[in-house]
Amino acid sequence: MLWFIIIIILLVVGAVGFYISTYNNMVKSRNWTDEAWSQIDVQLKRRNDLIPNLVSTVKGYAKHEQDTLEKVIKMRNQLVEMPADNRQATMAASNQLTDSLKSVFALSESYPDLKADAEFTKLMEELTNTENKIAYARQLFNSSATRYNNQIQTFPGNILAGAHNFQKTAYLETPVEEKAAPKVSFE
Amino acid sequence: MLFEQIQQNKRKTVYVMIGFFALVLAIGAALGYLFMRNLISGVVVAAILAAVYMAMMIGNSTNVVMQMNHATEVHDASEYPDLWHIVEDMAMVAQVPIPRVFIVDDPSPNAFATGNDPQHAAVAVTTGIMARLNREELEGVIAHEVSHIRNYDIRLQTIALALSAVISMLVNIGSNMLWWGGGRSRDNDREEGASNIIGLVFSILLLILGPLAASIAQMALSRNREYLADASGVELTRNPQGLINALLKISDSEPMQAADPSSAALYISDPFKGLSRSGAHLFDSHPPIEERVAKLRAM
Repeated sequence: MLWFIIIIILLVVGAVGFYISTYNNMVKSRNWTDEAWSQIDVQLKRRNDLIPNLVSTVKGYAKHEQDTLEKVIKMRNQLVEMPADNRQATMAASNQLTDSLKSVFALSESYPDLKADAEFTKLMEELTNTENKIAYARQLFNSSATRYNNQIQTFPGNILAGAHNFQKTAYLETPVEEKAAPKVSFE
Repeated sequence: MLFEQIQQNKRKTVYVMIGFFALVLAIGAALGYLFMRNLISGVVVAAILAAVYMAMMIGNSTNVVMQMNHATEVHDASEYPDLWHIVEDMAMVAQVPIPRVFIVDDPSPNAFATGNDPQHAAVAVTTGIMARLNREELEGVIAHEVSHIRNYDIRLQTIALALSAVISMLVNIGSNMLWWGGGRSRDNDREEGASNIIGLVFSILLLILGPLAASIAQMALSRNREYLADASGVELTRNPQGLINALLKISDSEPMQAADPSSAALYISDPFKGLSRSGAHLFDSHPPIEERVAKLRAM
């Protein structure tokens, strides 16, 4: 009889321990993905701050490229106004902005004075840096999301996830061209 | 798999420490026997020397290694913005704290990482690597170095480095004493008879072979870690081609001047280009570049 009680107690303690550690691990993984997203968010904001400087620097040298510059500004404003919780739409807008930024940097090939400008060189490094950080933070986000999704979808974690309403995190899509040549390089 | 590798590395560190320490003590015993006719006092002196050196090295390894390789620290993004930003990127994606960044003024392209753990780590690159590699290639190199940090290879190498430095110090003391002050043992030789000749020969052999064993062990450790760091570096950048191009550029260049011979194993590619050594692969600190490139191409 005594043995029976001890076994029951051990089972209960084991189940509670398992429950607590699984729950905590899920919360930790979810926090990691949120943390990775905030890394992306910081860089998006930084890039939004840098773009007006870039446009005013380029304007001085390349007067006939209004179209390209206006397009960049338009996309930047679109991104600024994007609601913060819509991750997919934010990243889609960000990818478009990346493309149009590339065309601004390509201008430096046709305007040698622009290419030699110290402020422009500095901005180019800063923007390359934010672009790469966005790409790497997205990579980090996706790997954290994979870990989290695996935890909440595999047995027996899925029972616990269902009871506590842990939701699957959607992955951030990588632009097709970046899959071929993963990192942006404006050089 | 990576987690297992890290655990294995931490375990291996302990074995290496024990092995090296035994070698230090054996050399101490040989010295004691040669000059004081007393094994124990030699062992005690060697143990104290090794303990002091290890404590110094573990407390301050980054600074010592950087000084040995004539590296100067870069404190912010203003001097080498691209290098600084790439180190930030790689630390972020590897989920380790941002290491300290150093520059070695040497036209030969190369790089290394050192430290005790990811919280106290540093990477160094030569001015040559900054001049010759483009951003993608530099990213591959830094990813390789940050992988060394994350995999705890740096701790293994720091300890191996410290102990082989102690061994070479002991052997230097020993050979200087043999050269200049060996009188005492010579005087005693005739009286003590033939059995001691064996001990004498054995001691001298140990003095000759000790440093050899130390460097073979250090190099073998390093060789195995390079493939893993290449692979986990590519896992960070998702761009094998960057590292392949970087390795090819690095191998196709002149040997380094500023590098310290005992830290050769730390570098991404042998800084002396195998010039100082014979054709034997036993002493290679790195696997051949062609093999590394072949493995990267297969990814």
